[in-house]
Amino acid sequence: MKWTKNADNWVAALVMLPSVILIAIFVYYFIAKTGYTSLTDWGKDPSQALSAHPKIKFIGFENYKDLFTGLINGRFRQDLVSTFFFTLFFIAGCLSVGLGLAMFLDRSPKGEGLFRTIFLFPMSLSFIVTGTIWRWMLQPQGGVNQLPSLVGLPPGKFGWLTSREQVFQFDWNSLPLFTALVVAMVLLWVAFSAFRNGFRRRALTALASAGLLIAWAFTLGSSVQLLPFEEKHGFNLAFIGILIAAIWQMSGYTMALYLAGLRGIPEELREAARADGASEFQLYQRIIFPLLAPITLSAMIILGHISLKIFDLIFAMAGADNAPTDVPALLLYVTAFRSNQLATGAAIGTILLILVAFIIVPYLRSQLRSEVRR
Amino acid sequence: MNARAVLKTRMLGGDPPDSFQVHAGQELIGTWVVADRMEDLTGLYKSEGWLTKFPKGLIDLLSYKGGIWSVPVNIHRSNVLWYNPAKLREWGVTPPKTWDEFLATCATLKGKGIEAPLALGENWTQNHLWESVALGVLGADDWSALWTGKLKFNDPKAVKVWDTFGKVLDCANKDAAGLSWQQATDRVVQGQSAFNIMGDWAAGYMTTTLKLKPGEGFGWAPSPGTAGTFMMLSDSFGLPKGIKNRTEALNWLKVLGSREGQDAFNPLKGSIAARTDSDLSKYNAYLQSAAKDWKSNKIVGSLVHGAVAPESFGGQFGTVMEIYLNGKNSKAAANAAQAIANQAGIGR
Repeated sequence: MKWTKNADNWVAALVMLPSVILIAIFVYYFIAKTGYTSLTDWGKDPSQALSAHPKIKFIGFENYKDLFTGLINGRFRQDLVSTFFFTLFFIAGCLSVGLGLAMFLDRSPKGEGLFRTIFLFPMSLSFIVTGTIWRWMLQPQGGVNQLPSLVGLPPGKFGWLTSREQVFQFDWNSLPLFTALVVAMVLLWVAFSAFRNGFRRRALTALASAGLLIAWAFTLGSSVQLLPFEEKHGFNLAFIGILIAAIWQMSGYTMALYLAGLRGIPEELREAARADGASEFQLYQRIIFPLLAPITLSAMIILGHISLKIFDLIFAMAGADNAPTDVPALLLYVTAFRSNQLATGAAIGTILLILVAFIIVPYLRSQLRSEVRR
Repeated sequence: MNARAVLKTRMLGGDPPDSFQVHAGQELIGTWVVADRMEDLTGLYKSEGWLTKFPKGLIDLLSYKGGIWSVPVNIHRSNVLWYNPAKLREWGVTPPKTWDEFLATCATLKGKGIEAPLALGENWTQNHLWESVALGVLGADDWSALWTGKLKFNDPKAVKVWDTFGKVLDCANKDAAGLSWQQATDRVVQGQSAFNIMGDWAAGYMTTTLKLKPGEGFGWAPSPGTAGTFMMLSDSFGLPKGIKNRTEALNWLKVLGSREGQDAFNPLKGSIAARTDSDLSKYNAYLQSAAKDWKSNKIVGSLVHGAVAPESFGGQFGTVMEIYLNGKNSKAAANAAQAIANQAGIGR
């Protein structure tokens, strides 16, 4: 039977049409438009930036090149590094706190319902509210720094949001080297696991590419200079303040995910393991954590895309101008809407989109595939 | 900031407001005049006789390509050094007249156990300090030359500004980024710090909010090395093209530029009139002294508050400051500043 003969299909198509059109325009058209804008010089000439009919020239990937290697875009590069570290610590923090809370609640302590509400409650606040409250508590002379004085110690002096200290510093010029080494590591791991599972050919290919990358890294790679000067980037300690607030807000949500997962593990499995003489530690290590792996993955994806796009929390906590806590989304705002550098702003936006896509697209693919199979 | 975002939306959307407030000078010119969105007000200035009522230095800052583009309502001064007279007497120091003197005074005060002789606040107040240092080190003519492109930001003279700025920062409190400008002013009032450099809205804060008497509770002087120069910023209103109620908008601008209008608004706001013929009896002691300087001093424009720098430069100056603060490398900061100036088309 032909597709068009079926009335159901027609109705379905008709019902979906409005949202398809709206999404096509307001999501995909604008993504395309932003992508195109990022390849132009819109904003470079102030007299064209905001004129009624701006003359815009196509300049290719100039804006991207500038962002990664330009003299005045060090702030963007630091923001990328900051986002990387922030995402790493934010996910690690949320997962460990969330899992800890879930394991605590899973033992059905007294007043479980109350605790569950308390832990989940921060999630119902908006990031702006969270940010404002934590901003007050993290003031240099504010709440958190005064805590030690409760037990007679001198008040703390750490600038939670303003410290200029950096750790894990590296030179931006060695970034290609690091990237090559990390990719090589991954390839080696792929080779190793393929070898163990008996995929001889795949293992050899992976091994060869890894070897090639490492060879490149230590010969040509070390002479690649992105910048004509040394530029140190690292993890800004000022982000600790932001991390505390963000983890405080999102760990309750992670707890809810894990709790659902823990409750979904049948009691018989635990009983069986215990009957086999597994200790409590082994029970978690061998039975429960592996069963929670899909939940960890989902949580990582959800938290990951929140942290890559984070804007409102930092805006409320430190403002758009506090460089130690800057992230690409804030820089985009300042660049495009305050300095009128619209094309550069669009380029930053596109880079953010690509970063988020790296996380979301593989996830969606695997999800869709498994749904089709079902 | 959000008001400016709304303005951009309305202007780009073809629904310009009849008039809007904007910092006089490049903040308007560099964004909206160059984009051909504003009407020339030279005719209004002539018919109202304003050309002789406003100082020439001010009209120069409002002009671009033979037109005058907005009506200034008030004048604030950026280069002011604030202090607590009783405390300075106690410490036995006087307000420094040059930056070298300032650094010497700073060393003296540190010797007396004052941790941070200079009180500083969040990011923009650091930029604000920078423009006072730059004016003091360069002088009025070279400062103005920066904005016409005649003096490059990476000229050795301009690099020296960063060197001095770095030394001045060593006198400031380490928790600056966490303080608002009012909290920085409070430190001077309470005697934790000796000096603060802030625009003269600080006088309004100290008289109205803290109930201090000008000259007794707080004292002021031009920031070091800038005596005889008035670094100004001003709120002004312009006339967008294509508005619906043009006559009413023009009447509004007439009121704003009139002596009565300015003398009604400014004593309340805590600023002085842009006109030189205002009725000084309506103003407090600080404002009277500022008005006197306004008439006699050389007038230059502020960078941070939009008088001499277009938005595309001002918005990215924070990046330059970052480059400096991260490496304390004057040359790198100066080069970055010049790169941004090129991008913003300063001197083109």
